[in-house]
Amino acid sequence: MAVEGSRVDNLGQFKQTYFDECAELLAIAEAGLLRLAPGTFDLEEVNTVFRAVHSIKGGAGAFGFSDLVTFAHEYEAVMDAIRAHTVPVSYGLVEALIHANDALGRLIDHARAGTAPPPDLIAAAVTALRADSGHGLPAAVIASGRAPAVASTAAAPESPRRSFALRFEPNPDLLLSGNEPSFMFRALARLGKLELGCQFDALPALTELDGEKLYLKWAGTLQTAASLAEIEEVFEFVADDSVIEITPLAAGGAPAAAVPAPATPMRSAAPGTVAPPGPPAKPPGPPVLYGSRDEPPATPVQAETGEPVQAASGGQSIRVDLDKVERLVNLVGEMVITQSMIAEHLRHLPPGQHREMLTGLEQLTQHTRDLRECVMAIRAQPVGSVFQRIPRLVRELSAETGKDVVLVTSGEHTEVDKTVVENLIDPLTHMIRNAVAHGFEPPDEREALGKPRTGTLHLSARHRSGRIVIEVADDGRGIDRRRVLERAVERGLVPPGVQPGDAEVDDLIFLPGFTTSEMVSSLSGRGVGMDVVRRNVVALGGRIGVHSIPGEGTRFVLSLPLTLAVLDGMVVSVGAERFVVPITNIVESLRPRPADLRRLVNLCDVIQFRGQFVRLARLHRLFDIPDAVEDPTRALVVVVEAEDGAQLGVLVDDIQGQQQVVIKSLEPNFRRITGVAAATILGDGRVALILDVAGVHELSRRAGPGGGRLAVEPPSQTEAAA
Amino acid sequence: MAAATDPAAEQFVSFTVGGGEYGVNILAVREIRGWTPESRLPNLPDYVRGVINLRGTVIPIFDLRARFGGAPTQPTRRHVVVVIELRRRIRGILVDAISDILAISPDQILPPPDVEGGGIQRQWLYGLFVAGGRMVTLLDAEHLFAADTADEATAAPRPILALDQPS
Repeated sequence: MAVEGSRVDNLGQFKQTYFDECAELLAIAEAGLLRLAPGTFDLEEVNTVFRAVHSIKGGAGAFGFSDLVTFAHEYEAVMDAIRAHTVPVSYGLVEALIHANDALGRLIDHARAGTAPPPDLIAAAVTALRADSGHGLPAAVIASGRAPAVASTAAAPESPRRSFALRFEPNPDLLLSGNEPSFMFRALARLGKLELGCQFDALPALTELDGEKLYLKWAGTLQTAASLAEIEEVFEFVADDSVIEITPLAAGGAPAAAVPAPATPMRSAAPGTVAPPGPPAKPPGPPVLYGSRDEPPATPVQAETGEPVQAASGGQSIRVDLDKVERLVNLVGEMVITQSMIAEHLRHLPPGQHREMLTGLEQLTQHTRDLRECVMAIRAQPVGSVFQRIPRLVRELSAETGKDVVLVTSGEHTEVDKTVVENLIDPLTHMIRNAVAHGFEPPDEREALGKPRTGTLHLSARHRSGRIVIEVADDGRGIDRRRVLERAVERGLVPPGVQPGDAEVDDLIFLPGFTTSEMVSSLSGRGVGMDVVRRNVVALGGRIGVHSIPGEGTRFVLSLPLTLAVLDGMVVSVGAERFVVPITNIVESLRPRPADLRRLVNLCDVIQFRGQFVRLARLHRLFDIPDAVEDPTRALVVVVEAEDGAQLGVLVDDIQGQQQVVIKSLEPNFRRITGVAAATILGDGRVALILDVAGVHELSRRAGPGGGRLAVEPPSQTEAAA
Repeated sequence: MAAATDPAAEQFVSFTVGGGEYGVNILAVREIRGWTPESRLPNLPDYVRGVINLRGTVIPIFDLRARFGGAPTQPTRRHVVVVIELRRRIRGILVDAISDILAISPDQILPPPDVEGGGIQRQWLYGLFVAGGRMVTLLDAEHLFAADTADEATAAPRPILALDQPS
């Protein structure tokens, strides 16, 4: 490899980029395919899929992956036929296309690995594709995978020559990227009869003219037998940063009337300024618009501002190796610690003096915070990347179980740290499988119950108190509590004769090896599901709960921290120890009056807070800390709220202030501890524990009225003990 | 000592806890540092003293005396923490003082006696080294406190090969 020199390496790098892009394009295509439904479909979706496949084909051609080109062409031809309405969209066709997409992915994998794909791979996928699209697709296309797409439209029952209105407003930097409009026009002219006018009103005075910039725009008509795709292909390499409108005109319509007059007045009076072009004439029929690919079709890039450059070149991005970002995150973490160390030392300086230093520190603090947010934003990703995988899963599951399920998603744009996104996939998949396999009734049963035959699965994401909350809700039968309890008693998980509350029964499904399902299916396994889900979620500092109403449905609520790196916390002291309470959990802090304190039927201490009572957790007893303030009326109570809304009063000696802390997990060197979310290092180098509010609640419940330390926490059964 | 020239000899760091002398394989020892106050953790046995900051890493500290059934150590600045690193997991062991570095060849190591029960498990012990009326109990650093550092879910004991076990 090294002998062959850098050219090979360069090519390798381009290939790497190509394969990276392929993965994205495949995902885009799949997402588009899943939105295709028989009867109605959005032309833009079809175009999106077409473009994705076309880009894969283009790159494959450049690198000489001939298998890939052949197959992508086949796939593309079907998409083109759908677009031209020559093939009806059927359920089977969509299915075949999804499989074709998979096959394309496998071919790409083979190309990446440099291995030859199994010979039947292409053949099988092509056969399937043809079988489902065959009746509408002209024989010419079917006969040869390499047949030009023109065959399909040429033989189409529509009028052989159609008219298109064209508008082309290139990016002024078009020439710099090696594109030449005249070549494109020549290519268009080869397709049919081209009439094109040039708009040069943006042309500056000669003295200000930049020879490398393109100031011209074009509009006109093309009468051709070619398909829309072929016209678009001409503009393929400039579509990303130019405004291109290709509008089919009514057959034999008067093209001249529909298109703005090709010749526009000469430059406006003020030289050097960009004269706004006249408003574009309303084209008949929905125009096919191309702007930046990131632009949703609802807000097409129009050149009305006279500055197509800015409008069209937005959404630039670069690819960065994840390791580099990780290093950046770690460095910022260390910097946050150093900054709080400096702050700690400067606190002891006499006030009044060193004012500049203190001002500087204040700025440093602010900048550190901003820097941290910027770095975390780099790693932030919308959960949509996980949600994208779900429609397909639901589709497969409902096909396998014979249940009709409609998926409704919301909050796809909720952003969360990349590590959290990655860790979401498995729990979510499990929850969805569980819902489809066990949650929904079969269609006939639903009908008998007076429910719609089609079940609805809601998947949503939102931010709540500094965490991301994901809900999976079905409108199925709900948890059968009687059976769950029976099973639990059978398995000795619950002593016979005990009647736990509804919520406690529902919670039993998270115990290891628990299932009430009579049928063991390939879908949801043998009850190894929910306990694994809970364990993985808890390992990430998250929680999962279930709410169920018999006959109406089940709702799983999953909450995870937004980031696994830094948080804003309130530092509190207890004896010689200090703790960090996440700011997002804090409701209020107060010094209780003697009258506010009560002991509730000798079971637990409570404190009156804003007209209600909340349980009091004495941190020094839970953590066995000597020399703490015992008398609550001389200490402080921090009222905190967990994600489930449960409130708790945490008794501490004093509050030391707010600061951002770097989260240091206990797990790499130790293990998870109930009540402790993680640790951090304060400015003086000491470790402070970050409290897990729900866990502290749990500790205080187990500890009882004295709030004392338990003998020894059983290392393996904390979940079961709950 | 003749053993020092034995190519098969292994080095052990020895330290005192109470009246006894113990040793761990030097390859498992990452560093030795003076005692600093730990941050306490809730709901744990008394031999888990808490966690400290080891240059940006949070590590747990275990009290060897308390683990062997003694009273929890009342540490002073003169107490010492032996920092052990095994399988990329780091933990500290609080001892009274460091005493020696010993080169011991495998044939000098006596198999540990049956001490099961009484707070000591057989698998914590690697062997005994006796020389000139002095007995050093060699500990298996891998097993010592291993169960305490496992995750709750995987706390079940699993077979782990002893460090550099001579064949």
